Amino acid sequence: MTRLEPLLAEHPFCRDLAPGQISRLAACARERQFAADEVLAREGEEIREFFLIRSGRVALEIFTARRGPLLIQTREAGDFLGWLGLEPHALWVVDARALEVTRVLILPLPCLNQLLEEDPILGYQLLKRFTQGLARHFASMKRQVVNLLHGL
Amino acid sequence: MASEPRSVTPGRLEPMLPVLLPVVKRRRETGDTVTLALDPGPEGFGFAPGQFNMLTVLGLGEVPISISGDPGDRSRLVHTIRAVGPVTRALCRLTPGATVGVRGPYGTPWPVAGQTGRDILIIAGGLGLAPLRPALCQVLARRREFGAVEVIYGARRPEDLLYREELSRWRGRFDVRVHVTVDAAGADWRGPVGVVTTLIPHARFDPPYTSAFICGPGVMMRFTVGDLLARGVPEERIFVSLERNMQCGLGLCGHCQLGPLFVCKDGPVFSYARVKEWLTLREI
Repeated sequence: MTRLEPLLAEHPFCRDLAPGQISRLAACARERQFAADEVLAREGEEIREFFLIRSGRVALEIFTARRGPLLIQTREAGDFLGWLGLEPHALWVVDARALEVTRVLILPLPCLNQLLEEDPILGYQLLKRFTQGLARHFASMKRQVVNLLHGL
Repeated sequence: MASEPRSVTPGRLEPMLPVLLPVVKRRRETGDTVTLALDPGPEGFGFAPGQFNMLTVLGLGEVPISISGDPGDRSRLVHTIRAVGPVTRALCRLTPGATVGVRGPYGTPWPVAGQTGRDILIIAGGLGLAPLRPALCQVLARRREFGAVEVIYGARRPEDLLYREELSRWRGRFDVRVHVTVDAAGADWRGPVGVVTTLIPHARFDPPYTSAFICGPGVMMRFTVGDLLARGVPEERIFVSLERNMQCGLGLCGHCQLGPLFVCKDGPVFSYARVKEWLTLREI
């Protein structure tokens, strides 16, 4: 067992995957720590990595010329950051910046996509979890829009 | 089975007659929100957390305002008021020495006393922290009776957060966890950005043994209740404070009617189990 396998297994995105599936993901994965204010991804850059946030907090921001970066949402420990299933060369539409010391597991997309193509059972599992996470994020963003537009 | 909150309005000979009390302290909380402390005189003013008073600005009108002070301190009657109409705008302009008419206290309280042994979740959105603050004061005064105590609070922007000093003080305690989020923030904000429900997964509580007190905008409460139910918190131990057009405070005028209930008298604090069918009806 590699050092990354238990870290992957305890992350909510990978929880309850079979040990063999965790091992295959671990073969792609690497760890990284971002310092506060360090940028994980920048708007307009190609999406090359899928992040699983282990600890810390990441701000999703859109830069505006007049007001500087606008903080739209945060991602916390246990969340994921990035996209699965997009066409190659898709671009980030937000900046992602660590708000505090943040530890992540990084799954490079070429390796991850190849794994999902080769192992459709794992691919289905991960896409299902990704879709559930997206649904949560969209639902929460809709309520946020209601709060902001209607002053609730 | 938890018991339903019951009104603790004291009997009085002249229930519609306000008592005039002087403002002794005014604190600006946010751009449009002010906390006023009134001097109730030597007898003090007793109330239960979650109750409200009818506040009168003489010559202008009367509005229902939750009591937001510490129920353990009878020497000050505290209300936090957001300026949204003529009367509340006038209340927010008052300074020490001015007089406010007070009728109350009215309504059902947060049933803090019935939750011994349980984890406590206090979830507030916006001004909803004001009626929950007395409940938290009471929980903290009896801290050893409860399991985990988690406070989850959301505001639109960092500058809209109420009770900043107390939030810091509560955060500094080792026996309560405080989670704060906002809907939008500048780059200098280091906390979470998102709706209140995004913080629920980060709170530590054991759902079957948890009691939740929720107050905030209707949409926020609806989704928060949904999340708690999905996690297994029993509906009879989820308590919500409803806001309706309370006018008499006695259940007589009918302005605050919600189905068979009068929010001023049967509420404002209800268990979700009691009001769920009325909350989901769109025609009401």
